[in-house]
Amino acid sequence: MKTSYLIAAMLAVFTAGPSQAATQITAAGATFPYPMYSKWFNEYHTLHPDIQINYQSIGSGAGIKQVTEGTVDFGASDGPMTDQQIAEYRAKRGAGILHFPTVLGADVPTYNIPGVQAELNFTPQALAGIFLGKITKWNDPEITEHNPGVKLPANDIVVVHRSDGSGTTYVWVDYLSKISPEWKSRVGVGTSVNWPVGLGGKGNEGVSGQVRQVPNSIGYVELIYAVQNHMLYGKVRNADGKFMKADLNSITAAAAGAVRNMPDDFRVSITNAPGSATYPICSFTWLLIPDQIKDPAKKKAITDFLHWMMTKGQDMTAALSYGRLPHPVVAKELKAIADIH
Amino acid sequence: MPNLWQRRKVVNVAMLSLTAVFTVATIGILLFILGYLFWNGARSLNWNFFTKLPVPVGETGGGMANAIVGSAKVLALATLIGVPIGFLGGVYLSEFGGKSFSSVVRYMTDLLNGVPSIVIGIFAYALIVLRMKHFSAFAGGFALGIMMIPIALRSTEEFLHSVPVALREGAMALGASKSQAILTVVIPAAVRGIVSGIMLDLARVAGETAPLLFTALSNQFWSPGWNHPVATLPVFIFTYAISPYPDWHQQAWAAGFVLLTLVLVVNVIARLFLSKGFSHAPR
Amino acid sequence: MAATTALHRGARAGAPSASRRTGLASHWLYALTFLSAAGVILITCLIFLQLYWNSALARQKFGWHFLVTEVWDPVNSVFGALPFLFGTVVTSAFALFLAVPIGVGAAVFLAELAPRKTSNLLTFLIELLAAVPSVIFGLLGIFVLIPILQQFVVPALKSVLGFLPIFEGAFYGVSLFSAGIVLAIMIVPFIISVSREVLLAVPRDLREASLGLGATMWETTWKVVIPFAKRGILGSIFLALARALGETMAVTMVIGNTPHVQASLLAPGYSIAAVIANEFTEATGDLYLSALIELGLVLFVLTIVINGAARLLILATTGKGERHA
Repeated sequence: MKTSYLIAAMLAVFTAGPSQAATQITAAGATFPYPMYSKWFNEYHTLHPDIQINYQSIGSGAGIKQVTEGTVDFGASDGPMTDQQIAEYRAKRGAGILHFPTVLGADVPTYNIPGVQAELNFTPQALAGIFLGKITKWNDPEITEHNPGVKLPANDIVVVHRSDGSGTTYVWVDYLSKISPEWKSRVGVGTSVNWPVGLGGKGNEGVSGQVRQVPNSIGYVELIYAVQNHMLYGKVRNADGKFMKADLNSITAAAAGAVRNMPDDFRVSITNAPGSATYPICSFTWLLIPDQIKDPAKKKAITDFLHWMMTKGQDMTAALSYGRLPHPVVAKELKAIADIH
Repeated sequence: MPNLWQRRKVVNVAMLSLTAVFTVATIGILLFILGYLFWNGARSLNWNFFTKLPVPVGETGGGMANAIVGSAKVLALATLIGVPIGFLGGVYLSEFGGKSFSSVVRYMTDLLNGVPSIVIGIFAYALIVLRMKHFSAFAGGFALGIMMIPIALRSTEEFLHSVPVALREGAMALGASKSQAILTVVIPAAVRGIVSGIMLDLARVAGETAPLLFTALSNQFWSPGWNHPVATLPVFIFTYAISPYPDWHQQAWAAGFVLLTLVLVVNVIARLFLSKGFSHAPR
Repeated sequence: MAATTALHRGARAGAPSASRRTGLASHWLYALTFLSAAGVILITCLIFLQLYWNSALARQKFGWHFLVTEVWDPVNSVFGALPFLFGTVVTSAFALFLAVPIGVGAAVFLAELAPRKTSNLLTFLIELLAAVPSVIFGLLGIFVLIPILQQFVVPALKSVLGFLPIFEGAFYGVSLFSAGIVLAIMIVPFIISVSREVLLAVPRDLREASLGLGATMWETTWKVVIPFAKRGILGSIFLALARALGETMAVTMVIGNTPHVQASLLAPGYSIAAVIANEFTEATGDLYLSALIELGLVLFVLTIVINGAARLLILATTGKGERHA
């Protein structure tokens, strides 16, 4: 009697899950666009109940690595793969990897200073100095000079950065390298760097979590994380000298220049873009799709999703403060889908 | 001498009281953990938690239904993989083993028991995930199964060993062969202890997170079969705890409460089960 | 007679002959169980070999310098284990510093003072503490322990002992200090459980002789019982240490994830297990992955050595095998 109940229970557990007809796709990578992707994949599943795209936000570095190892069906990253990484992919998987931009996002400097409720203005030098560990107090002249009227305490700044391999990091350090020669030579660009100072948080989620918990801290996160968590984030001075806050307009403006000269593989950096209305720390974020997908069901699901993402999906971006893809880019991408065999 | 004697008495009382304080402190911590998790976790429990799948980031109303089932799945797999090897190995050591081979096996078992769980995760990733080219419930179950082997083995050995010789001799006197004796007399006599040992073993791996990070990954949906990533309670607790979303924090507490309750209930049942059958506990 | 002696544990004079004597039916059971036992050896060796082979790249590139290099730079592919070794050792040592007095003290209470039934019940409860999953300690660490440390404990500590270099600098919550405290709570049950057993195994006559000579109970415990049991107690400490070294989740949630070597306990740090958990899935480039696996190898070797020592010490005192807590 009892064993048969046990067996029945076990069978129930083992077979709990989608029906045989469902296609489940595993994807992993960037935390930068995760709020958007989780919404998209959820919505897409509602529209197509037989397709489940299981996206795990484990960081851009992991997205690149796992798609190269073939353990996930596609990856996602805000730091485009380097030529070396693309070559490594080809060596390991015997095929090519394609980058498909999905949305535009921005890294914002979010902070938690007791007693300060104002929106701070940050110059590029201030950000570089803070993250290099050279500017150590909140009342440093480089910060106070551009924030008249804000009483900044003489507290030590606690820097929070990513502890995992991150495209959000990539965007941030890409920007810092462009505006600070010292950063470029001392630290460099990558999804994981040797940070001079700071605490590590795992994922955008971890960094925002840390900044919320630790007084006098500053971290860089994707815009939506600061917004969703009601965290303060500052304005950054752009290449034209204006202090800009990250929002849909300033993000979209940053992509304008790149759109005209979009390379065929879509790998482009738009940090510190020119223009008076641009926010300087923006980036495209990409899905890393293999150009050869053997399983026909998966291939159809992925290509169909890409279509949907570039068309209907773009209508959902504004609600989460991501910038939609410019039309010329979408047109180019739609053609590129054909490159997936 | 009275001063010295007084001093010694004072020291005596002081130090012994200190030991009592330390004991109370330790128990106090346990009670605090239980109480806090109960208070925070139980009030975050709702119907959604048990029945819904996770919802998109930033939205509320999601649940961990898939993680609960996923954990059950992975643990069932772990038991299927780890317990037979551990059990049979324990039978060997207790009933058949040669001296030197047995000591090697025991040494290796203790070694395996001491391997940090993260290292087991690396091992399972290299052996299974890379080869099969996906994260899966199977890989997760495999990792946890390996972790179950040492305790299952030592438990089995110890309980079989404690079966009285008289029982064995009685079986032999009645004409049973060695394996008949083992299967029909010795093992059943020790089954209570062995089962409790396995329950304790299971409770121990139920809370393991690190090995699952590289093997089972996680899943927003239900996980079909064995070959797909699967959501598990410990991984969800970890992911949600370090996030900035209050709703996720609440869910993490709820999940922590559920996990802890299950682990402790199994522990208590196993130990009670044990103490009814034997005069000494398996320590 | 021959058959019964064959079943005695003592007569292990060649298992094959025993099974031959008791019939063919034993063969399959023997084979199955033998394979399982051998399987355990195989798996353990395989784990070690996997670690060894897959870390070859890093071992060849860095050699022994790996253990003393402080740099962890994925961009320039320079990897050193020092920050992680430092963090692992320091948090574990600090955890022991807290847990040993408390653990041995509580064990003394439970073995010497408490009435047997109470002692058993309390020990039962304490062993439940050992069953609490690591991630739950992490959860409590983030939301309960760290705020308490930030608001009450550390300011008090700094006002009294702030001049010491180990308590210098700002406290951000996540730190070696917090990790050490969480680890201490996690390992104290092991020390209590094993030490209590060890103390209970000390013969009654020793105590009675000491008391008979006029010693107080504490003096008896401290000067007679504990020294007699010291190897077993030391073994329990080693066991707890091995556990602390390998602890991953609770540590990574409260340690700060910062690969630097600093004098202050209040500073954030990193441990071997934590860095592997954080960076393993994303280590692009074979050298990076190899370096992480080499870290795993270092941790593995460290825990083997300490577990081995623990085992010998406990064996010497109680005559039983390793404790399973």
